[in-house]
Amino acid sequence: MSALQPFLEVLSWILILAGSGFLLIGAIGTLRFPDFWTRVHAVSVSDSGGMLLLIAGMVLHSGLTLVTAKLILIGGFIFITGPTATHAVANAALVSGLLPRKKEVPKLEDKPSKIANVIKKKDPKPRTKAKK
Amino acid sequence: MIFLIATIALFVGMALILIRLYAGPTLYDRVLAGNAFGTYTVLFIGVLGFLMGRPDFLDIALLYALINFVGTIAVLKYFRYRAIGDTSPPPRGEPITRGQLKDRGAQL
Repeated sequence: MSALQPFLEVLSWILILAGSGFLLIGAIGTLRFPDFWTRVHAVSVSDSGGMLLLIAGMVLHSGLTLVTAKLILIGGFIFITGPTATHAVANAALVSGLLPRKKEVPKLEDKPSKIANVIKKKDPKPRTKAKK
Repeated sequence: MIFLIATIALFVGMALILIRLYAGPTLYDRVLAGNAFGTYTVLFIGVLGFLMGRPDFLDIALLYALINFVGTIAVLKYFRYRAIGDTSPPPRGEPITRGQLKDRGAQL
């Protein structure tokens, strides 16, 4: 066990660094993505992956103690409830009629200035289905 | 040292998600950001416990994880039905009227 200790330590560092990176990238995606449906992707995927990596790193760091049991409990719980909550949010948005953003596609015969305008233009208002 | 890096990364991520929570154009953006913020808080508390040499903080993190999930579902249910308690359908027999639906807060 003692000969294996440095390797476990380095592995835990790598896992914690990777998890922190995933979570940071997920947060940046949450801020920068243009649309609710893309933000669901950024939040859910990066949260699950980064959370698992970070908790695995902490488990390897703490060895075989009560702390490890608590960490595994937290990880398992978030692993189940995180996607469930995200699915509930996405389902509620779908039921309420929130639609994905529609992007205007520039045509080839347009002038370059118009194409640049279309690419630059953002869709500020979220689209919803017409009320009955 | 490694936990300090993780703490800073989580802190920056939480700040970015707070910006989205404030700016999010729709309600669902905000609920999603709130849920993500809860997950980040759980991990932040855990990492902070390791950083300060007191892994007992994990109990608090576990409690946060439990409350976060229930809170997200409760907020979603509230905004769907405008009520958290009894949202059961009316008893069989007579059909529900439009006025009763409006009393229950349905958006007609």
